[in-house]
Amino acid sequence: MEKEIKNRQHQMNRRAFLSKSSVGVGTAALSSLLGLNFLNKSENGIITPPNGGIKGILNSPHFAPKAKRVIYLFQSGGPSQLELFDYKPTLIKRRGEELPESIRNGQRLTGMTSGQDSFPLAGSIYNFEQHGQNGAWISELLPYTAKIADELCIIKSMHTEAINHDPAITFFQTGSQQPGRPSMGAWLSYGLGSTNENLPAFTVLLSRGTGRKFGQPLYSRLWGNGFLHSLHQGVQFRSGKDPVLYLKDPDGIDRVSRRKMLDKIAELNHKQLEEFGDPEISSRIAQYEMAYKMQMSVPEVMDTAGEPDHIYQMYGPESTQPGTYAANCLLARRLAERGVRFIQLYHMGWDHHDNLPNAVKNQARDIDQASAALVMDLKQRGMLEDTLVIWGGEFGRTNYSQGILTDTNYGRDHHPRCFSIWMAGGGIKPGVVYGETDEFGYNIIENPVHVHDFQATAMHLLGIDHERLTYKYQGRRFRLTDVHGKVVKDILA
Amino acid sequence: MRNSIQILIVFLVILSLGFLPYGCQNTDEKSMQKAVPDIVDYNFHVKPILSDRCFTCHGPDENTREGDLRFDTEEGMFAALGKEKDHFAIVPGDIVKSTLVDRMYTENPDDMMPPPESNLTLEAYEKEILKKWIEQGAKWKKHWSFLPIEKPDIPTVQNEDWIQNDIDNFVLSQLEKEGITPAEKASKRALLRRVSFDLTGLPPTLVELQDFENDNSANAYEKAIDRLLDSDAWAENMASKWMDLARYADTHGYQDDLERTMWPWRDWVIHAFQKNMPYNEFVKWQLGGDLIPNRSKEQLIASAFNRNHKITQEGGVIPEEYRVEYVSDRTQTFGTAFLGLTFECAKCHDHKYDPISQKDYYSLFSFFNNVPEFGLIQPYGAIPKPYITLTKEEIDETLTFINNLDTMEAIPLMVMEEMDTIRQAYILNRGAYDKPTDSVTAETPSSILKYNEEFPKNRLGLADWLFHEDNPLTARVTVNRLWQQCFGNGIVATSYDFGNQGSLPTHPELLDFLAAKLRDEGWDQKAILKYIVLSSTYQQSAKVTADLLERDPENQLLARAPRLRLTAEMIRDHALAVSGLLNKTVGGPSVKPYQPNGLWQETTGGGGGSTSRYVQDDGSKLYRRSMYTFWKRTVPPPSMMTFDAASRDFCMVQRETTSTPLQALIMLNDPQIVESARVLAYRAIENAEDLEHRISMMFEWATSREPSAEELTNLKSYFEEEFTRFQKEPKEAESFLAIGEYEQKALLDTTEMAAYAIVANVIFNLDETITRG
Repeated sequence: MEKEIKNRQHQMNRRAFLSKSSVGVGTAALSSLLGLNFLNKSENGIITPPNGGIKGILNSPHFAPKAKRVIYLFQSGGPSQLELFDYKPTLIKRRGEELPESIRNGQRLTGMTSGQDSFPLAGSIYNFEQHGQNGAWISELLPYTAKIADELCIIKSMHTEAINHDPAITFFQTGSQQPGRPSMGAWLSYGLGSTNENLPAFTVLLSRGTGRKFGQPLYSRLWGNGFLHSLHQGVQFRSGKDPVLYLKDPDGIDRVSRRKMLDKIAELNHKQLEEFGDPEISSRIAQYEMAYKMQMSVPEVMDTAGEPDHIYQMYGPESTQPGTYAANCLLARRLAERGVRFIQLYHMGWDHHDNLPNAVKNQARDIDQASAALVMDLKQRGMLEDTLVIWGGEFGRTNYSQGILTDTNYGRDHHPRCFSIWMAGGGIKPGVVYGETDEFGYNIIENPVHVHDFQATAMHLLGIDHERLTYKYQGRRFRLTDVHGKVVKDILA
Repeated sequence: MRNSIQILIVFLVILSLGFLPYGCQNTDEKSMQKAVPDIVDYNFHVKPILSDRCFTCHGPDENTREGDLRFDTEEGMFAALGKEKDHFAIVPGDIVKSTLVDRMYTENPDDMMPPPESNLTLEAYEKEILKKWIEQGAKWKKHWSFLPIEKPDIPTVQNEDWIQNDIDNFVLSQLEKEGITPAEKASKRALLRRVSFDLTGLPPTLVELQDFENDNSANAYEKAIDRLLDSDAWAENMASKWMDLARYADTHGYQDDLERTMWPWRDWVIHAFQKNMPYNEFVKWQLGGDLIPNRSKEQLIASAFNRNHKITQEGGVIPEEYRVEYVSDRTQTFGTAFLGLTFECAKCHDHKYDPISQKDYYSLFSFFNNVPEFGLIQPYGAIPKPYITLTKEEIDETLTFINNLDTMEAIPLMVMEEMDTIRQAYILNRGAYDKPTDSVTAETPSSILKYNEEFPKNRLGLADWLFHEDNPLTARVTVNRLWQQCFGNGIVATSYDFGNQGSLPTHPELLDFLAAKLRDEGWDQKAILKYIVLSSTYQQSAKVTADLLERDPENQLLARAPRLRLTAEMIRDHALAVSGLLNKTVGGPSVKPYQPNGLWQETTGGGGGSTSRYVQDDGSKLYRRSMYTFWKRTVPPPSMMTFDAASRDFCMVQRETTSTPLQALIMLNDPQIVESARVLAYRAIENAEDLEHRISMMFEWATSREPSAEELTNLKSYFEEEFTRFQKEPKEAESFLAIGEYEQKALLDTTEMAAYAIVANVIFNLDETITRG
């Protein structure tokens, strides 16, 4: 590849030397290399393919991909599986009884409940019913999700290693509890590149829940590129007039004058290229052209005004309010349609240590209709089959009450040993409930799925062998799944 | 002497074959085209292959070792194998008896090495190297960076006129053997721009450029260098780089990411550079300032270096788990910053590539394990112990290097402290805080240098060990970073890794020459920098021919100067400096310049106090150098991160340089840049009479050179077009000029001012403007 790059580089320089008049920036953008820096070697030399976009490091996937893109609906704070997907009548029957020591079996507790004298079992106050052809138990808090049970693969046997938010969420997104590694989206951008030359391969949308106003923060490193090239970093798309940071032209500059300005910059940069022969200059020219295109394409994708009423109705009333989870789900579909590889949503507010019944109800209402609508909307467009949709948080919650248990109120602490997520589309077996927990909803008794297994499975669906997509940094080959992870074959379609 | 002769021989062999010792990072694709050298050297040719493809299963880590075979030691490499001890992987001089050869070339997947499931392969070239090395007698050597540093002989060259100092002999002798002529000397203007950025992080002023151009004395360049090295800007620039290494930040770094006060330590670092404190003392104070007998408050402040790591306040964490993490961070920082080794790889298991066992890791760890600290900030918002309080009185009287701009009465600062009774350290199974196994005591890896008994077994003694004249790494690693500062890349490209997986030095003797110079001449960083920038090697032009680019794309031979994109800090500082907006105050608390609204608010969980909402500063605080920009670790300043700033999550000694569309958006639309352009235009209008001179002046400020006639014509016509547009839409001109807080008088009609401002904006966006060539 090194040679190929050099050849291209050489041809490109020749072209620049020979065609002084070819200031046509469009051609420059297409023929240039993006982001390659000879001084910094880089196995992640990034090439613009003829059709634009970022080319991934893999010339072809390791095997035929089922999914082309991912929409990850991250539920930040740790949603309670016991109120949503993991139905436990025993907890209701034995409500208020102590968690048997044999069940807890040495599980370390967070500092928030380790001082508690009593661990009273707390059954959900919300009812569950069976839905779909496989009779999946789903809570009354999720009526819309219940309706699409046949599309979902609900995994009840997720488990993780971390018991606190920062390390747990960092672990889920980067494969390591400590900061510094690339996010899942960055890995995919690095591996597969993007299919849209005008949008980043990895985009991020944030929303705030109504369940718990003051809860857990987010960190921009969660969508960081770590040690990968910065072209792979997640780009936050925000509601408001400047959807991507610094996207908007300053006051006093319109599109025509911006175009003129960019042409002028390119013209002068070309002269430098002729003089110095530094390929970095042509890379920069190309980046300016990409920036210009982003200035057009981002507002276009963010402007949902043209969506028909029935779509808004499908996603729910909040979908008309920019910045809400529902609006972000709708945007996620629009980004998916435009070939964005990895669309990451974060919905905050799931950390319910106290006052859980009320908080989880609000939180569930935030996400229920829109999540289900997204799946069905993708389906009706024929996109669900190659779009992997993931819903879930960083860990689960305890089966005992944090704080005092009353008839109507209780809280739940963090629980890493079992929790529920769902996946849909993109090569996932639909209508499946996978894994089982014990009657107390405390331990997994069947088919455990570790975070690294989940990551390996998602990569597999995208045609990537998680053990072979590596990046050598500081002498070591890193990968998303560290040295772990097994593809969960049972849930593949 | 023997060692340096060995190196010299290797070096000559390399040269005579036109082979460059590439770092292993690039071997995979390049290898096919390379010719196998006549004499194969273990360190330069063989070990990079063994380390990268074989050490995982046949290296230092006992737990993953297969078939009792290890290639990382001389003994292991030639040991008899199998139950019967009847065969050998390597038999010197005998490729038939060496089973390694069979196993490399076989196509039987059961026997093949590396095995298919490892996802690793050997290229044809690499197999040839290994085979030939065995044929030639399989001579083993200690890893190059662990060999003693000895001052090498200075090579002779043909073109002695080119030589400015000894550096050039090393570089030119190689070029002459390659048949490559060094680039011509850079223009005076290009050179002054280059050396100003490299030493101070700021561009030269027009006056400085003109003075230098007009100064025809023999030592004009040296005078310019001395002026730069004596400036506060130099001390700031050095401190700014040190902040990456020391993972400096203004917040604690986890979850709610509360504010902390560490800037008095930063003021001390600047102060230390202002005094040109010898590097050994500079580091000693930072490692063990608190342990120096009768230590001063200043020495205690220096020790804050080891408290710059992240600290959590997340309710519910297990404090001991995090305390161990902090000690690990200090250990990792020590390894990366001072030894250039990836110590952290030995946290969970023996190092896979380098002679650092897990026991070595926790032995080093135990030096940093005795701080009376708690893993969790409690109560919420408290200052993590141990810390001291600096009073206004002390600052006014003795600690005058602290710039107490906000005239605070008392400033808390986390520092180091040693417990009376040391905390027993243990090897932690898989690195888990709650899985202690064998106990360990404070020790350093003997593979590097034995811990002398006269050194106390604490951080102060550790500093003595580090700066002992026989320590092979400290001087090499340090001087390599100084080289990196001037050439973009170090002589060892992986300035964070001098181990088996790191790059090999492109000029091993030059590295040792400079390392010995640093060590033997008082650890004077300023003197080394001066020496480097005085060389002809440094003073070459950055122009490159297509031919040379093809032949040496990474500029390993140094037949030209590198063209380097400015760092995140420099790009912003440059805009501020040339517009005249730059506030040159040195030191003090961090500031909050322009940042897009809402970034902190939309990610906060409601906690965080002062870091839950970004309250932008006003007035002159908007124009401080970027090293003073408030660093919130979990949401760092986006304009700086986009230009590859370090996250400050952990020690970083090298940044990437990337090129992305988001960078273009910042240069086009960030109010800081747009405002600077407007003020640059204002300054030109004020100082020059007509269109041509004004444009020329703006161009010169930004690029340090005068525009060509063609460029000038080009920009003039652009000015006219924009002027016409603004005349048609005067409101647009007004809006454009209203960006940024800085107020300026109406020297000209608004529409004309705006047209100048937009020309300045174009100039700021030239590749040349954000580059030092």
